[in-house]
Amino acid sequence: MPLLGYIRNMFSLSVPLGKLVRRATRLRGGGSALPGLVVEKIDPGFMRRTLSTLPHGVAVVSGTNGKTTTTKMVVELLESQGLKVFTNRTGSNFTRGVAAALLGEVDWRGRLDADIAVLELDEAHAVHFVNSVPPRYCLLLNVLRDQLDRFGEIDKTAQLLQQIAAKTTGTVVLNREDPRVARIADTLTGQDVKYFGLDESLLGTFPNDDDMRAAPGSPAPAGLPEKPAADVVLRNVGADTAEFEYDGGTVTTAMKLRGVYNIFNAAAALTLARSICGGGAATANHETLLEALSQVAPAFGRGESLTVDGQPLDLVLVKNPSGFRLGLKSFPAGGYATMIAINDNYADGRDMSWLWDVEFDSLRAEGVDQLTGSRAYDMALRLQYDEVPFGSVQPEIAPALAAFIREASGKPKRIFCTYTAMLAIRRELSKITTVEVVS
Amino acid sequence: MSLETPSAEAAGGRSKGALRVVQLYPRDMNIYGDWGNALVLQRRISWHGYTPELLEYNVGDPFPADVDIIVGGGGQDSGQLVIQDDLQARAAELKGLAEDGAPMLLICGLYQLFGRFFKTRTGAVIPGIGVLDVETHGTDERLIGNVKVSTPEFGEVLGYENHSGQTTLGEGVRPLGTTAKGTGNNSSDGHEGARYRNIVASYLHGSLLPKNPAIADFLIRTAAERRYGTFEPGHPDDRYAVLAREHAARRPR
Repeated sequence: MPLLGYIRNMFSLSVPLGKLVRRATRLRGGGSALPGLVVEKIDPGFMRRTLSTLPHGVAVVSGTNGKTTTTKMVVELLESQGLKVFTNRTGSNFTRGVAAALLGEVDWRGRLDADIAVLELDEAHAVHFVNSVPPRYCLLLNVLRDQLDRFGEIDKTAQLLQQIAAKTTGTVVLNREDPRVARIADTLTGQDVKYFGLDESLLGTFPNDDDMRAAPGSPAPAGLPEKPAADVVLRNVGADTAEFEYDGGTVTTAMKLRGVYNIFNAAAALTLARSICGGGAATANHETLLEALSQVAPAFGRGESLTVDGQPLDLVLVKNPSGFRLGLKSFPAGGYATMIAINDNYADGRDMSWLWDVEFDSLRAEGVDQLTGSRAYDMALRLQYDEVPFGSVQPEIAPALAAFIREASGKPKRIFCTYTAMLAIRRELSKITTVEVVS
Repeated sequence: MSLETPSAEAAGGRSKGALRVVQLYPRDMNIYGDWGNALVLQRRISWHGYTPELLEYNVGDPFPADVDIIVGGGGQDSGQLVIQDDLQARAAELKGLAEDGAPMLLICGLYQLFGRFFKTRTGAVIPGIGVLDVETHGTDERLIGNVKVSTPEFGEVLGYENHSGQTTLGEGVRPLGTTAKGTGNNSSDGHEGARYRNIVASYLHGSLLPKNPAIADFLIRTAAERRYGTFEPGHPDDRYAVLAREHAARRPR
């Protein structure tokens, strides 16, 4: 295509063109990645060229669970230290989404006014990304059973994370408590490796994938090497506080975030922020860091609390067995009306096997009020085998939600939902309360 | 709504007898919810009025006596390597049980390893224990998605496949069924799973048994008849299994 060839030779045109496409798609109300695709096609070097000018380089956040909230925390922590941060806030965690987000931020000459880029990237896309833009930092959270229908096996997913670490030029931050992530350290040669970790007493609340695989009561596999020291350790979690240990001391801070797993990710974010700003008391200002940490609100759908009819309604996103288990553990059923919404669209994963890796005993006493989503009957069957009583089963989300709100009026409510079920629920809720709708 | 289907004991009746289910290598070979199969057997044995006893067998454990049903799941390549030697050491016992008519459910990874061998993409040959006359060849193609199988014994079987090994059946076994959606054993012959004596082997996760209670009840009936001479079924409430099957059958690949 000669025209495209001409344009490709005219670097100076790709950014204005991409920005125009971005404007046009915005006006249309369309997807966020198309302008990124356009600029990638006509100017493949755009992203690398733009990001390589940043004084603190690029930090990549990847792993199965908690990328969005953790990235949000890292950004807010760095901003508290006066850094100007570029991030892919739209949640389009693919390379094209990054290019599209960049187009929104650069000026018409393609310059980005930022000190550092902190990017949330899905494991497979992160590998693609780091091959073209080697990051200075990476933060690898965990490898859990999620979307195995896309990546095949957990060990393969771990290999993807290993490749991200190998391409990192500066510091690699690893989860000490996830054996598949911690082991990545053995494969690295030049990088500085830092860990975030958990107190022994909290380990039980975070089953890693190996712990989960064995049936209850069976011993964990022996022979794990002694754990390395961690830069930041989460020591304790209170009702709305958390205790972190670093630089040889412990500090307790208030937390807006809910759910133990979010707070463990706060330890991850803190470790990365300390690596970027310089650990120790000398460089990073820990008072402002902790203040910023205590103010981080959950990302969209991750333990968000809305108000419906004067009662709280919590949305808990569940994407995989470990996330569902942690959700059930973090948000006890007592006093709440519960709905579960399970869809099996592409973004949710089509395989329903994961429901059988979650134990629902904790819901037995209170029961579940409503089941909905395209796989509502799979969920009903799952609850039947865990002897958890449930109310109505209605695959259509809108009527199920209406019935749930009507029948549980005067009671706090909680909805565990898969990704596309959450989008549908938010659309419905936006008709009766204030909620951010993401299409 | 109460969904409890009381067991004979809970209803004040007498248990029709104990049935011992052994999960094979749950620590290393239990992926994509294969635990669900063990749970379904446990509950349905009780719903049929018998007393379930669920045991685990992991690498290095003493092998349990008086096994009534064996259930084995899928694993990652790494899991298969961990259990390989132990499985070979137990080959005679497992083969003896199979030939004696013990019912077994073997999913994915253990289906492959109960066959004659698994030849990896790089040409390495992992020996199986030869209980099933099948062989498996690793490929670069991963077969992933919802599967619908027409079977002569259990009607329509629904599940989800996720494997790159392709299995070919020898003359000593017959297929579990023919795929109506999805791929099954391999990308050429349209067969899914294998049947031999009272063994049901399949690539399907889902988990397989919750939405296919006919297979679960076949395993339980066979086990009861083998131990007690007869099987007196109970009345499990399968209305949600029926509805879940109807909805699952309509979902895309």
